Order: sequence, then structure tokens, then C-alpha cells
Amino acid sequence: MKMKTKILISGNEAMAEGAIQAGCRFYAGYPITPQNELTAYMAKNMPACGGEFIQAESELAAINMVYGASAAGARAMTSSSSPGISLKQEGISYIAGALLPAVIVNIMRGGPGLGNIWPAQSDYFQATRGGGHGDYRTIVLAPSSVQEAYDFMPLAFDLADKYLMPAMILADGMLGQMMEPLVVVRRPSAPSEVEGSSVVRGRNTEDEIRTTKKWALTGCKGRPANVVKSFFMKEGALEIANLKAQKKYRAVENKEQRWEGLFLDDAKIILVAYGSMSRIAKSVVVQLRQEGKKAGLIRPVTLWPFPRKIFEQLSRKKKRPAFFVTEMSYGQMVEDVKLALECRCKVDFFGRSGGGVPTEGEIIKKVRLL
Amino acid sequence: MARITIDKEKCKGCFLCVAFCPKGLIKKSDKLNKRGANPAEFHETDACLGCAMCAVICPDCCIEVYK
Amino acid sequence: MNKVFSHPKSLRNIATHYCAGCGHGIAHRLIAETVDELGIREKVIAVAPVGCAVIAYEYWDFDCSEAAHGRALAVATAIKRVRPDNIVFTYQGDGDLAAIGTNETIHAANRGENLTVIFINNAIYGMTGGQMAPTTLLKQKTATTPNGREASFHGYPLKISEMLALLAGVKYVERVSFFSPQQVIKAKQAIKQAFLNQINNTGFSLVEILSPCPTYWGKSSKESLDWIRDVMTKEFPLGRIK
Repeated sequence: MKMKTKILISGNEAMAEGAIQAGCRFYAGYPITPQNELTAYMAKNMPACGGEFIQAESELAAINMVYGASAAGARAMTSSSSPGISLKQEGISYIAGALLPAVIVNIMRGGPGLGNIWPAQSDYFQATRGGGHGDYRTIVLAPSSVQEAYDFMPLAFDLADKYLMPAMILADGMLGQMMEPLVVVRRPSAPSEVEGSSVVRGRNTEDEIRTTKKWALTGCKGRPANVVKSFFMKEGALEIANLKAQKKYRAVENKEQRWEGLFLDDAKIILVAYGSMSRIAKSVVVQLRQEGKKAGLIRPVTLWPFPRKIFEQLSRKKKRPAFFVTEMSYGQMVEDVKLALECRCKVDFFGRSGGGVPTEGEIIKKVRLL
Repeated sequence: MARITIDKEKCKGCFLCVAFCPKGLIKKSDKLNKRGANPAEFHETDACLGCAMCAVICPDCCIEVYK
Repeated sequence: MNKVFSHPKSLRNIATHYCAGCGHGIAHRLIAETVDELGIREKVIAVAPVGCAVIAYEYWDFDCSEAAHGRALAVATAIKRVRPDNIVFTYQGDGDLAAIGTNETIHAANRGENLTVIFINNAIYGMTGGQMAPTTLLKQKTATTPNGREASFHGYPLKISEMLALLAGVKYVERVSFFSPQQVIKAKQAIKQAFLNQINNTGFSLVEILSPCPTYWGKSSKESLDWIRDVMTKEFPLGRIK
């Protein structure tokens, strides 16, 4: 039985521990606030687990190291904050194109440009639309608590492995810095998996990698040579590769939509928020309920695939609810809400960004005006 | 006694082998190959030293040497 | 009669996409010969660049990863760290290694990653149509230096090998060339040394090869080799740098 224990820990550190628990054995990152605790945690804890930690010379190098480690069969990740994630987009596009699993954590801060180090949710478009060049998507998970930050790491790695694509944890500086109690599985301090030089530094043994990741670069012993690439020069070859990828993305959209709903059965006004913002929205909903108003909440957990199904379902009710989207941005997720509702319901929005966080009071005021 | 073989279809006609054959035994062929190049051609004689200079400089790995 | 020079096993017997007289074909073959001679084909993982050699993986018959332009040494660093028992090398052109990838190059070298780097210096961007490279010589005409490279305007040819040799993490740097069969044989020895260094855990090893690009130099194959001998080696002297 796994030993569980409760600790007080920041969101950033919880993600690092969650990744290690998930079998991540390669981390490369470059310092940027407000995610530095994640990198420091990896530097301290990765070697003890037989993993590799590299402080890269840039975000570009870090994401390309993740590409290399993943190509070699390891569970690999990087983390950064908004400006750094912009730099990583080239590598994320290559990872998507080369069909490699990888996990990227974005602890969002204010932008554009250097912006500031306060929490924001302004990278939603970048995260959910692919971000880099080309027709691709990344799976995007949005935790709203330190516990979820930890729990979503194994989920992100599993989804990345299952669909052979990058998965992103999209959180903000508030969640990264916030400390909360966390139930963790105590991990053995010196796993046996690193004994012997023939064993790869990862969760899986060499034999497991050779059977479960047949595409991985392990040396071509006993099989034809493997190539990891995203370049398709022959006429029509790229189109075929892209169509295959699109088919996969449609499958992800069908199977992996995740959300949390609150008071949806009789709600007349449904607040929509994700991540840290959903906690504030939840307080608003509870307060409105106390006042006798039929408020509800949808908290998208996967931002891509966006949980369209629940919106479609609610918008086809006889008495259609109205929606109120609130974000730490000037309106990004609200576009997905509108797309999902296809003009069947009224959608209002309130957002602040650049360091400002919508408060309960501000949101309630706006909702009352509806 | 030595000789070389030239893969005429792979040859692109750069003629570096021609330039470096110490005995001048390689020449440009009159015939075009499928890629539209006049490949290099070995004029078989007893003079070939089997020094492999042609093969060493060949950028397309078209030449094999027998001795 | 015995075959005394044959096609290496690690090189697929297919025609390459390179222009006639291009040095990439020689470099590919020397690497394949080295891999065969050291018996490491089943352990080798190559990292191909962006540039003319982007599809080197079509020609080598061993595991290979493509890397984004300039990022080969970041990719190779991770592969080697994850798989220290494999033999990992990058194959990079002058634009890849010494312009867009300078940062990755310098820091992988400075970390002393136990990697082998084969650096093809042909003083030009071949794949994109003959633009100025960091290693383009002064007065050399390219698509983007139509009147020749001028120091006051374009800067000087970048001697990245000499720069890298200054770093403590770098164990072996040698500059070789392809201007004659004898030089090709020397180049092969350097390549072999760079692989042996990795096998012996010596650390970061780099071989710079002065390699011809007849198409964008506007020269015949032989004239290109003569230009390397007479002009290029004046700016980029041959021999062991470290």
C-alpha cells in the first residue's frame, strides 16, 4: 500500500513533486518568476530519484532538451512563465510535429512583453490554439488548487504518452506561489530503477521502453533504425501526417473533456471560470445562492479540449441559462464559451489583467446588473 | 592488378575522381544516366594502382575498389 | 581480387539529394565508416541539423533525431544524459552551429557534455539559396552579400572552433578539410578520434570540416576544393586547435 502523508507546500513545488511521482526523470528549465520554486525543487530532488536536472542556457534550449529526452524514451518536462513559454513555442511545435510526449508547465504572469510578475490568465489563446507554428494542439489542464496541481501531473504525463503530444499545465502565479495542505504519496528515496548502467534514467526500464515506446531512440539493436522528425519533404507526405494528427485531436476532443459543475440543474446564471479565478467565482456563486439567486458554476478543467459538451447540453434546455465568464484576462476563454453555445445563450464577461484580479465584490456587482 | 567499379546511376558527374586519379584512368562518359548526368567512367587497364583516391574523394560513395 | 574499398554498412546505398561535388556526402560516408569500424552502429544516436543535411537520417542506417534549427546540441545533451551508454553525435552546418545555435553550442561545450560534434563549414547557407553564413569569408559574394562580405558592414568570419577551444569543458577540437583525398583521410582520423573520445568519456569533442559547396560558390567541384586549399584555409587554418 502506498504511504500517504499531508504536507504544506506551494503550488510550484507540488507540481514538481507530482511530476517526480509520475515518473518524470528529466527536467530542463530556465529561471523566471513566478515559477522558480518548481525548478529549485527539481534541482534538489531529481538527482535522488536517478533523474536528470539541467538548468538550460535559455528557454529554447530547455524545451529542445525536453524534445531530446522524450525522443530517448524518458518522461520529460519543463516549466516556465509567460515570456518564457513564448520562447518555448518553437520547441513545442516540433514536439507536436515529431509526435513526442512531453509536459510543459506555464505559471502565467502579466503580459504582453515583459509585463510583470503578478498572476494573469492571458496566455489562454496561446495555450489552447497550439501556440507555435503549424496545425497542432496541446492538451491543456488547468488546476485550481495545490492538490490539483499535484494530481494533474501524472494525468498530464499519461495523456501525453497516450496521444503522443505535448500536454500543458496552465496555472498562474497565484496558484504557483500559494501554499496549501497537500496529500502526497511518500516516495522511496532511492529507487532501484537506477541500479545498473543498462537501465535508462526514467520510469521505465530499458525493456519497457523498447516495448512500449517502439519509436524511441535507443540505438537500433535488433530493429530497423528509428527516426524522430517533423520534416516531410515528399509531396503529400505532410498532408497525410497532418490529417493523422487531426484525427487524433478529434479523438482527444471527444474523450478528454473535463470540467467541474456546481448547481447546474436549476441555475439561471452560470459563472464560468478556470484555475485560480474559479475559486473566486465559486465564492460568488455560493454568495448568490445565499441571496436566493439561482447561480451555478462551470469550471473547465481541460481548456483544450474545451468542455463543449456541458455547454451544448445546457444551451439546449427549454429554459436557457445565461452565462457570465470571468477571467484574469480581457476575454480569451469567453470566446470558447461563445463558440460552444453557438449564440443560443446570452454571454457576459468581466475580466482584469496586468496584475489586477477580479474580486468577488466586482463580479457580484456585474452579475446583479444583468 | 587493381580495378574500380563506378555506380553510374548514383554518379552525379562531379568528376573529382577524374581530377585525383594519379594515372588518369577515369573519364567523363559520353552517355547520360537516368538522373541526366554524364557519369564518370573507368577505363580498365593494368595501370590502376588500387590507391582508392577516387573512392576517398567521391562525395556520392559510387566507387568500390578491388585489388 | 579483394574489395579494398567498399560502401560502409551504416550508409544506405541510395543516391543523396546533395548537389554534385558537395562535401556532405563525404562527411556522411566518413561518419558511417567510423561507426562501422568502431562497431557502434547499434548504440549510435545521431542528431541532424536544419540545413542541407536535414535529411541525413535518410542516409545513415542508425537511430537519428531531427532537431530544430540550431538546437541540435540541446537535443543531443538530453539524449546523452538520458542514455549515457549510447553514442550521441550532432552533425551541424555553420549556420546551425555558429549562428542560430551559438548559444546551445557554447553552453553544451561549456558543460563539457560527452558528445561528438561534426561541424560542416562551407562558409555559406546552402539549403536556403546561398546566403551569408557566420563563416563566410571577407570579399566572398553570397545572395545577401552581393558585393562581397565587408568587415565594416557584415563583421568578420566567425572562428567558433577557436572560441570553443577556450572553454574548459571542451577536450578536443580539430579543423580538417576535404580539399584532397589525403585531407579526407586526415578528416576521417579526426572524426574517429572524436568518437573514441566519447567512448572513453573524455568529454566534448568537435571536428570542423572545411567542406565544398560548388553550387553556391559558383565553382566547379575541383575549383571548389582548390579554393578551400588556397583561400579558405588561410582564414581557417587546419590542424588540432585543442
